[in-house]
Amino acid sequence: MNTLATKNASISRNGRCILHSATVSLSSGQLLSIVGPNGSGKSTLLRTLAGLWQANEGEVLLNSQPIKTFSRKDVAKRIAFVPQEALMDFSFTVGEIVAMGRHPHRGRFSRETASDHEAVENALERCDVVQLRHRLVTTLSGGERQRVVIARGLAVDPEFILLDEPTANLDVEHALEVLELCSILARDGKAVAFATHDLNAVARYASSVVLVQGGKLIDAGNREQVLSRKNVEDVFRVRAELVASDQGHPVYVFHRRMDNYPAQ
Amino acid sequence: MSAHAEIVQTPAQAVAERQRLRLGMFYVVLLPVLAVSILAGIAIGSTPIPWQTILHVIGTKVFPHWVSTAGLSDSDIVIVWLIRVPRVIVAVFVGAGLATAGVIMQALFRNPLAEPGLVGAGPGAVLGAVIAFVAGWTLHSVLALPLAAIVGALLALVLVYAMATRGGTTPVATLLLAGIAVGTLLSALSSLLLSLHIVDWQVAQEIVFWMMGGLDSRTWTHFWICAPFVLLGLAAAMIQSRDLDLLQQGEETAASLGLDIEASKRLLTLTAALLTGAAVAVAGLLAFVGLVVPHAVRLVVGPSNRRLLPASALAGAAFLILCDLAARTVHPPTEIRLGVVTALIGGPIFIWLLWRRSWESGEGSAGQ
Repeated sequence: MNTLATKNASISRNGRCILHSATVSLSSGQLLSIVGPNGSGKSTLLRTLAGLWQANEGEVLLNSQPIKTFSRKDVAKRIAFVPQEALMDFSFTVGEIVAMGRHPHRGRFSRETASDHEAVENALERCDVVQLRHRLVTTLSGGERQRVVIARGLAVDPEFILLDEPTANLDVEHALEVLELCSILARDGKAVAFATHDLNAVARYASSVVLVQGGKLIDAGNREQVLSRKNVEDVFRVRAELVASDQGHPVYVFHRRMDNYPAQ
Repeated sequence: MSAHAEIVQTPAQAVAERQRLRLGMFYVVLLPVLAVSILAGIAIGSTPIPWQTILHVIGTKVFPHWVSTAGLSDSDIVIVWLIRVPRVIVAVFVGAGLATAGVIMQALFRNPLAEPGLVGAGPGAVLGAVIAFVAGWTLHSVLALPLAAIVGALLALVLVYAMATRGGTTPVATLLLAGIAVGTLLSALSSLLLSLHIVDWQVAQEIVFWMMGGLDSRTWTHFWICAPFVLLGLAAAMIQSRDLDLLQQGEETAASLGLDIEASKRLLTLTAALLTGAAVAVAGLLAFVGLVVPHAVRLVVGPSNRRLLPASALAGAAFLILCDLAARTVHPPTEIRLGVVTALIGGPIFIWLLWRRSWESGEGSAGQ
C-alpha cells in the first residue's frame, strides 16, 4: 500500500498564501478528485502533492517519509504528473514523447531496455494512441494530445498519477474515456488524483473528494458527504439541484444565484 | 494476438525505416559536401595552386616521415599549411560551435528561432574584444583578443543569470528578457568605446572590421584557442541531449520526469556561452549561423537532440566554410567581411523559414 499525503502544507507565492495548511492523503486504489472553482488552489494542491512545489510550511509525505528525503528521480519514478496544457512546439513523434516517460528509469548513457519498451507499448495501448505512434505531436488534436500526455505519465509506471484538469480540453466522448481510464487505473491499484471543476464527472467517477476554495480545504471525504448540496452551493456560489439520471447516477443542475451578485 | 501484433508492427517498421533513411540521406549528402567544401576552401584563393601541390603539402605535414618535401617551394608550404588550412579548420570549429550553441538555445527557450547570443554571450564577447583592442592588449599577444572575448561572454552570462534569478529559480522568460537587456547595454558600451577611440583610426578600423566577423589571417593559434572549447561544448551538449528533449516539453514536465531543471539550465547556458564566446573570439560576430543552421537541420532530421546536435554541428561547419569561400572570391581582390556574407545568405533563408512556418500554421488551422 503506497500513500502520498500533505500534512498542514502551506504554499506562498509572491507574498500571497495560495494554499493554507492543507492535509490530504492519497493511497493505492483510490480515485481522488480535487474540486473547486477557478483559482481555488486545486492545481497548487496537486503540484504540492507531486513534489513539484515545495511547501513553505508543513510537509509532503511519500510512504510516510518526507518527500524531500527522496532523490528527484526516485520521486519521478513513483509520481507521474500530467499537466493541463502540454507544450508541444517541436515536432517529436508520439512514440518519442511517450518514451520520455522512461527518463527517471534510465541512466544518462543507457539505452532503452526491454522493460522500457514494454512500459511504453503498454502506455500507448492503454491510452489508445498506438495508431498515432508515428504521428508528429504538432499535428494532433487537443484530445489526442491529452491522451498522449497521459500515456507519457503511464509510461513512467508510477504508483501515483496526478492529473491537472485532464478533461478541460476534451469533448464529451474523450473526457469520458479519460475518466474511465482513471478509474481503471485506480482499480488496478494505482493511486489516482485529478483536479477538476466538473462536478458531474466527479459524481460519476471519484471515490473520494477534496473540496477547496480560496486556497483552503473546505471538506474532504466520500463523495456524498463532500459534494452535498450545501457545500456545492457555498463553494461555487450557485443554486444547485441534485437529480438522478435515467441510470441512477447523481447529476447536478446549476442555476445562477442572483442574491450574491448585487452584494459584490 | 500475434496476427494483431503483425498488423501493428508492419507500418511501424516502415516508418522507423523511413526515419533512418532520412537521417542516412542527410549524412550521405552532407559528408561529401563538407569534404568538398574543405578541399575547395584550401584550393581556392588569390594564388592559384594546383591540387597535387596542396595534397603534397598536407601529406608532408600529416605524415612527415613518409612524404618528403622535395619539389615543394617554401611559399607553397606557407600558403597551404599556414594560411589556408588553419582558416578552413577554424571555420569548421566556429561553424560547428555556433550551430551547437543554437541547438541548445532553441531547446532551452522552447523556440525554434532562438539564437546563440541570447543570454548576453555574443555582446559580452564583443565588449571583451573591444576592450582588448582599446587597451592595446592585442598588440602584445595574439591570445589577448580571444581570451578577452571568452571572459566577456562568461561575465555577461553571469550578469544575465544573476539578474534573472530570484529565490533559486530562473524562469527562461525572464532569462530571455535579461539577456536582451544586458546584450543591448553591452553593445552600447562597445559602441561607446568605439566612438571614443574613433580618432585613433587604426584601432577603430580594426575594431569595426573585427566586429563584422572574418576568418582572414587566422592561424593555428586560433585553432588551438577555439577547438578545445567547441569540442568540450559539443560533448557537454551531447551528454545533455536527453535533458534538452525534456526541457522542450516544458519545465514542469521536465521536473516531473526527474530532471533537476535549475542545474540543467545553468549547465546548458554555460555550455552555450562557452561555445559562443569561443566562436566570437576567433571569428567576430557572425549573424544567423546559429539561428538558421539548427532550424533548417531540424526540418530534415527531426527535433530529437541526440540526432540534431551532431548533424547541426557538421552542417554549421560546411555552411561557414562555404560562406567564407564566398567572402574571399566574390569580389576579388577585396574580401567581403564574413559576417556580412553569413547575414546576406542566412537572412533570406531565415525569412523563408519564417514565411514557410506561418504559411504552414495558417494551412493547419484552415484544415481544421
